[in-house]
Amino acid sequence: MIPLSVEADIVFWICGPLVIAGALGLVLFRKAVYSALSMAFAMVNLAALYAAMEAPLLAAAQVIVYTGAIMMLFLFVLMLVGVDQADSLVETIKGQRIWAGIGVLGVIGLIIAGIGHAVIPVEGLEAANNLYGGNVQSLAALIFGRYVFGFELTSALLITAAVGAMVLAQHARLVPKISQRERAQLRMDAYAEQGVHPGALPSSGVYALNNSIAAPALLPDGSVSPESVSEVLDGRGATLDAPAMSSATAQAFAAVDAATKGELE
Amino acid sequence: MNPELVLWLAAILFGIGALGLLTRRNALVAFMCVELMLNAANLVLVVMSEVHGGLDGQVAAFFVMVVAAAEVVVGLSIIVMVYRSRRSTSVDAANLLKL
Repeated sequence: MIPLSVEADIVFWICGPLVIAGALGLVLFRKAVYSALSMAFAMVNLAALYAAMEAPLLAAAQVIVYTGAIMMLFLFVLMLVGVDQADSLVETIKGQRIWAGIGVLGVIGLIIAGIGHAVIPVEGLEAANNLYGGNVQSLAALIFGRYVFGFELTSALLITAAVGAMVLAQHARLVPKISQRERAQLRMDAYAEQGVHPGALPSSGVYALNNSIAAPALLPDGSVSPESVSEVLDGRGATLDAPAMSSATAQAFAAVDAATKGELE
Repeated sequence: MNPELVLWLAAILFGIGALGLLTRRNALVAFMCVELMLNAANLVLVVMSEVHGGLDGQVAAFFVMVVAAAEVVVGLSIIVMVYRSRRSTSVDAANLLKL
C-alpha cells in the first residue's frame, strides 16, 4: 500500500494510540465524569487524525460539535443526575463481561479480516479539493449541490430534536401555580379569620452599633418583635440579642448625659 | 498514512464502543459508547473519502455529526426524564416493561 505522506504517518502513530487510550478510559473508568473527559480526549485526537487526512472542515467540526457541544452536554447532564453514582460492579447476567469481551474481539477480528485489506490504491483528495479552490469550498459545493435535499432534511431533524427535547424536559405541575390575585385574597382571608396583619412584615432593628438583619426590632414596650427576623435565622439560632444592644446604647446615652450635665448648666 | 491501519483503528474503536455498551450499567456511559461507535464509522468515511479521491465521504461524515447531535439532545432528555421518575441512571433500574 502506498503511504499518503510521511507527516500524516507521524500524526497517525501519535494520535492513533491516544484515541485508543481515550476510548479504553471511557470503558474502564468507574466514575462517569472521568469517562466523559477521556472520551473528549479521544475526540480531540480524532480531530487531529481528520486534519491529517485532508479533512480540515471535519476536524474543526469534530472539535466544535463533538468535543465542544456534545461532550459538554454529556458532562452537564452528568452533573445534573448524580455525579457521585459509581457504576455497580455486580454482573446482572453471569459471565457477561467475559462473553462481551470475546464477542467484541470476534467482531474486531471479522471487520479487520473482512474489510481491513479492501483498500484500492489511494487516489488522494487533491483533485477533488482543487475543483472549487479548497476543501471547504468543494464540500460546500457538494452539500449545497448534490446533497442539498439531505441538508434540508437535517434542518427538519434538528428542529424536531429541539422541540422533542423541550417537550421531554417539561414536567407537569403537581399543584396549580398561585396567582398574585389569589395570594392577596388568601392574605385578606387570614386577616378576616385570624386577625393576621395583611401588610408587609416589620423590618429588622437598627441599633447604634448594629443594623444586621439578624437583629430583631423592638416593640414600643421594649419586647422583641419575632416577625422582624427571618424564620431561617431564628431556626439556626443566629438571632442577635436586641434588648442587650438597646440597653448598651441607653447606658452610653446615660453616661454622656451624666458627664455633660454639669457643663451645660 | 496507511489507510489500512486507519481501518484497523476504526475497527478497534468500534469494538471498544461495543464492549462498553455491553458491559457498562450507567445509561450515560453506554450512550457515550454509542457516540464512540459513530465516531469510528466517521473515521472510516473520512479515510475512504481520501482513498476514493472524492469528498462524498466527508459530506456523509458531516451528516453523521448532525444526526449524532440531534440524537444526543433527545437521548439525554430521555435519560433525564427517566432519572426524574426512577432516581437512577442505571440501565437495570428501568424495568417498567418487565413481566
